[in-house]
Amino acid sequence: MNALPNALPSATRHQYFSFARIGAIASNTLLELIRLKVFYFILIFALVMISSSFFLVKLSFQAQFQVLKDVALGAMSIFTWLLAVLSTAMLLPKDIEDRTLYTILAKPVPRFEYLLGKLLGVLLLLFVALSLMSVLFVVVLYAKQQSAIAELTAHAAPGAMSAQMSAQIQDILSQTFTWNLVPGIIFIYLKAALCASLTLLLSTFASSTIFTIMVSVVLYIIGHVQPIARDYIMHNTQGASPAMIIYLSLISLLIPDLTAFSLVDDIAAGTAISTILFVKTAGMGAVYIVVYFLVGYFVFWAKEL
Amino acid sequence: MNRRRIIAVLMLLAFGAARLPFEQKLAVDLRAAHFHGARLDLDMREQIGQMAFLAALSGFRALVADGLFLHAYTAWENVEWGRVKLDYDAVTALQPRCELFWQTAAWQMAYNASAAAINDRKQPREALRLKAQREYFKLGEDYLLRGIANNPEKPTIYNDLGMLYREKLQDHCKAAEIYRRYMKIPGALTYGERFSVYELAQCPGHEREAYEKLVELYNRGENEHLPTLLKWISTLQDKLNIPADKRINIPPPSVPPAKP
Repeated sequence: MNALPNALPSATRHQYFSFARIGAIASNTLLELIRLKVFYFILIFALVMISSSFFLVKLSFQAQFQVLKDVALGAMSIFTWLLAVLSTAMLLPKDIEDRTLYTILAKPVPRFEYLLGKLLGVLLLLFVALSLMSVLFVVVLYAKQQSAIAELTAHAAPGAMSAQMSAQIQDILSQTFTWNLVPGIIFIYLKAALCASLTLLLSTFASSTIFTIMVSVVLYIIGHVQPIARDYIMHNTQGASPAMIIYLSLISLLIPDLTAFSLVDDIAAGTAISTILFVKTAGMGAVYIVVYFLVGYFVFWAKEL
Repeated sequence: MNRRRIIAVLMLLAFGAARLPFEQKLAVDLRAAHFHGARLDLDMREQIGQMAFLAALSGFRALVADGLFLHAYTAWENVEWGRVKLDYDAVTALQPRCELFWQTAAWQMAYNASAAAINDRKQPREALRLKAQREYFKLGEDYLLRGIANNPEKPTIYNDLGMLYREKLQDHCKAAEIYRRYMKIPGALTYGERFSVYELAQCPGHEREAYEKLVELYNRGENEHLPTLLKWISTLQDKLNIPADKRINIPPPSVPPAKP
């Protein structure tokens, strides 16, 4: 029996793990999602950005930049998360409904590769969407910055370039786009990727798209209060009932701490993140994504389709 | 199949147990690096409402803070000082790392609301108007002090507090101290050193120390020979009875001293 595979010509030998197959599934997933016209939300994002930049003209330059950054990064955060949850939740049910899943799995494609390809397709979609929004954000911020500088120099005496004015221009430059914002955008991506991985895990358990979306939204909200439960069980269990301890422990153990990735608000307010802290947080995000994917695969492996 | 699901949940629990200490340590590190300083408690929920509180809890607190910031702006236009203060209390609690919010809150209280209080035509008693004005100065001071506590590495709030002590509260000793601290922070503008010394010159009991610092500044060269510096050297030389041979010869100003 063992001699049979070796007797086959190498060209027809089946590989148990193939990046090419995963790439094919991922690119197909990305194309499918793009065909669903999900990128229309970019238009909404553009409208939010441009309208808020006009709406804020009454405020000082500093306030305009601060609000514009907060609105843009907040909108990026909301849209990326929504995209992650909605597109991941429908992946498996849609493939089952279209019978695509059976066609793929009838071929020598392991379920691991199928699931990984699907997740990578969503992660690619999130990357493209966030990149587009970031470019739009930078363009609007740059336009606003240039108009602020032009207005400032227009009010100056002709030919005068006082130290005070150069300090004001420097102030404007430091309050618009700085490289410190990049880690914030990376954390938006990581948080959305984590939510996608968690949603994929849920969809391996769930039987309907609506259920998966609902549970994902609830987990997203609980994920932001998880540190309160964790702090409580780690430091302050005196006087708590056993039922309360079990309940809070389950929340702490099963639900990810999403506040660890909600750093963009503070980063937009001028808080810089150190490299070591960035690596630690991003590393934790990557571990979450991998573990949720592997547990999802564990369930999907034996799932009756 | 059910057995597999149970195993999956157990795997998640095991992963949770393994990550919990790391997660806790990371949370402590992030707080030490000035992240997640927002106060989200029951008082805040009452202040901003259920929906805004839920949004703030769900990771969109900057957006909620901006909404309240714009609301405070409208309240200012409508001259509702109580509403302005309530909104800024919430804004600064939600986004304590944004120096702009602390600065604007302090400016609204110490400059705008205080001016409205002293010019309040509905209050005929001047003593009460002065008391109200003083209270608004103190509210401005409180915002700036809390702003510094949350943003100790940002120089602009120290500068604003120094200006408040100098111009509104007329507490020159505190102004001198704040400007001295301001100068220790990277990014502080050089005039802070001069202001610190000018304020020290007006701080009772510190005239000698101020004079020595003024002379030190003077000796740095022509660039430092500003009208206000020369005025204070001249004033302190007279006040401290500096012997004629040790005095810096300052010609009387031909024009009134300009602001530095």
